[in-house]
Amino acid sequence: MKKVIVGIFLILVGIAALLLTVKDPYSEAEKLDELKAKFATLKKSKVDHSKFPELQKDFKNPREVTAACISCHNQRHKEVMASNHWNWERPTYVKGKGILYLGKKNHINNFCIGSHGNEMSCAKCHIGLGLDDKKQIIFTDSTNIDCMVCHDNTGTYAKGDALGGAPAPTVNLKLVAQKPGKPTRDNCGVCHFFGGGGNNVKHGDLEKAQFHTTKDVDVHMGENSENMSCVDCHKTENHMISGKLYTMSSTNNHRVTCEQCHGETPHKEDIINEHTLKVSCQACHIPEYAKVNATKMEWDWSTAGKLKNGEPYVEEDEMGNHAYMSIKGSFKWAKHVKPEYIWFNGTASFVTTCQPIKDTSKPVVLNKLYGSYSDPFSKITPVKVHRARQPYDPGTGLLITPKLYSDKKGEGAFWQDFDWYAAAREGMKESCLPFSGQVTFIRTESYWPLNHMVSEKDKAVSCTECHTRENSRLAALTDFYMPGRDYNKFVDGFGIAAVVMTFFGVITHGSLRIMSKKRRSR
Amino acid sequence: MAKKYVLIYKKYERFWHWMQAILVIFLMITGFEIHGYYSFLGFLNAVTFHNYAAIALIVLTIFTIFWHFVTGEWKQYIPTTDNLIAYVKYYTKGIFEGAPHPTHKTQLSKLNPLQRLTYLGLKIVLFPLMISTGILYMLYRYPQKSTIEFINIGGLEVIAILHTLGAFLLVAFLVAHLYLTTTGDTIFSNIKAMLTGYEEIEVDENNNEKATQQS
Repeated sequence: MKKVIVGIFLILVGIAALLLTVKDPYSEAEKLDELKAKFATLKKSKVDHSKFPELQKDFKNPREVTAACISCHNQRHKEVMASNHWNWERPTYVKGKGILYLGKKNHINNFCIGSHGNEMSCAKCHIGLGLDDKKQIIFTDSTNIDCMVCHDNTGTYAKGDALGGAPAPTVNLKLVAQKPGKPTRDNCGVCHFFGGGGNNVKHGDLEKAQFHTTKDVDVHMGENSENMSCVDCHKTENHMISGKLYTMSSTNNHRVTCEQCHGETPHKEDIINEHTLKVSCQACHIPEYAKVNATKMEWDWSTAGKLKNGEPYVEEDEMGNHAYMSIKGSFKWAKHVKPEYIWFNGTASFVTTCQPIKDTSKPVVLNKLYGSYSDPFSKITPVKVHRARQPYDPGTGLLITPKLYSDKKGEGAFWQDFDWYAAAREGMKESCLPFSGQVTFIRTESYWPLNHMVSEKDKAVSCTECHTRENSRLAALTDFYMPGRDYNKFVDGFGIAAVVMTFFGVITHGSLRIMSKKRRSR
Repeated sequence: MAKKYVLIYKKYERFWHWMQAILVIFLMITGFEIHGYYSFLGFLNAVTFHNYAAIALIVLTIFTIFWHFVTGEWKQYIPTTDNLIAYVKYYTKGIFEGAPHPTHKTQLSKLNPLQRLTYLGLKIVLFPLMISTGILYMLYRYPQKSTIEFINIGGLEVIAILHTLGAFLLVAFLVAHLYLTTTGDTIFSNIKAMLTGYEEIEVDENNNEKATQQS
């Protein structure tokens, strides 16, 4: 018998030791170190562009710079002209709607709503150099490509305000032309950090603080950590930049994912690796966004147009952000925001400009991100939800793309004339869409998956922020059973009752025994 | 008739009993933390240790099943109606009147009919329920496409709820079990027997180690 016990003990110890030691021999820390080493190299241009004779001249206009670029990098302009950065649209398959050409050209959002009629202002973020005589964006002329906005490495290039995409007159074109290079954070950030008309208005996880930041804010971009640039992850071939945002994309391809570098199961703990099948990396590793500057959470267009002494005015909130602007309405901003969570499988649908909306009783989701627990391709994904009230035509059921920008009064632009009717009429005319003459406001939502501002490992969302009965981060995702959060009311009630009743039964039986014993001994 | 110290619980049996007790209590503590009732070891630790303890318990159970069959001890759990009524009467009436146990233990029959029924229920219903739902719970990897998929089921809900139900029943059992240990000849005689293996029982000199009915 002794032998049996010793044997069992040894086996148990052996199993325990196995469980504790059988781990991926290639450890979490080693993998990370390897990745860190990969990005710790100095990136230096192999050629000195200032020595090329083609660039030794005083460029009179930016188109000459583009022509000089193309004279050596011939055919590259064709790649640019095939890109969505240039075209402001791309073909995409939307479930139930087929193949659509979607992009800034025709898309509707719940910030400045749409680009139609506002090209002079919006084209600041087009990679073209200007508009044609009809103030339309030039999509066919290769010399209109703005090479410099992405490839300037001097940090001095800037687009002019409302010049339709042309550089500011102060830019030294010769200097810029002689020092091109891989796009830096500055090149990308100058547009992508300021989408929606100001810093961090749109994304919440991409803002000017990331030009120079620390690892507390963004573990990849921190100057005291990997100091990675945008294109380190957004790998680019033939001017096709990988990665896209689901406010305008609908298919599960050309994405940039964490797994591309970190692998599917990067954790030491198996139990955490198991999560990666249903939980995106971002869900735990982006515990909050808008870590430095606030992001816009709500936009109410319906209050726009109030004037003081006939003049538009601006009010600020306690953080110094615009709380009200006559030209845009009322805003709510927030900092250190906890994301909302959805199931997302990489596909999405959109409300298009020509799609009538029938049910306005609940908020209209402009970009419906698909996914559910039962869908094997879905993962829990953190999102910023931007909520708005925006103009709507109850006659046609269409969302209104108002004309906002003009450089003078009387053209119907809302930012000049503060007249919704005129702005809607002009905007819809330029979009070639019908307008019934009525303007009301409806609630809309847009969903912004969060991918940046990844926190350091020890700041990741902890188990009990989700696995908890009260205030679970995933309280809104009710289509599955999650340990720690969920329980069956009947079973828990029955179980507690059974235990309590047993306990009282035992106490009663015991007391009776004691009492009867006393009685007997008397 | 004479009183004599007799080995009732063999070494392995005692080892098994106390290992099982420790593991089950540990599983209860960690399990109800996972269920969301309190925070004690931390969720990650609770889950990790719950899984290790569960594996240890499964291994112990496998060895014990083997032991039951090799030693023939399984026969102790064959349900019987002999003296069943007598025991129900004893626990609801006789015990308050200082009546002796309807039967007394022997090596060949150490369980009374109520114990036989209860422990058989544990062995063929509650433990299999907990172990099977527990294994499903552990191997369950969500319905998914990846290569580490083990068992592809639609969700945890049914498994988790059955596992919870079993857990509550085990807690109730533990409460009753602990109390009933005090109903031996003295308050601690049963626990002492489970620790040392020996219990002082009356032995029929002529017909040694055979269940005898108290007259």
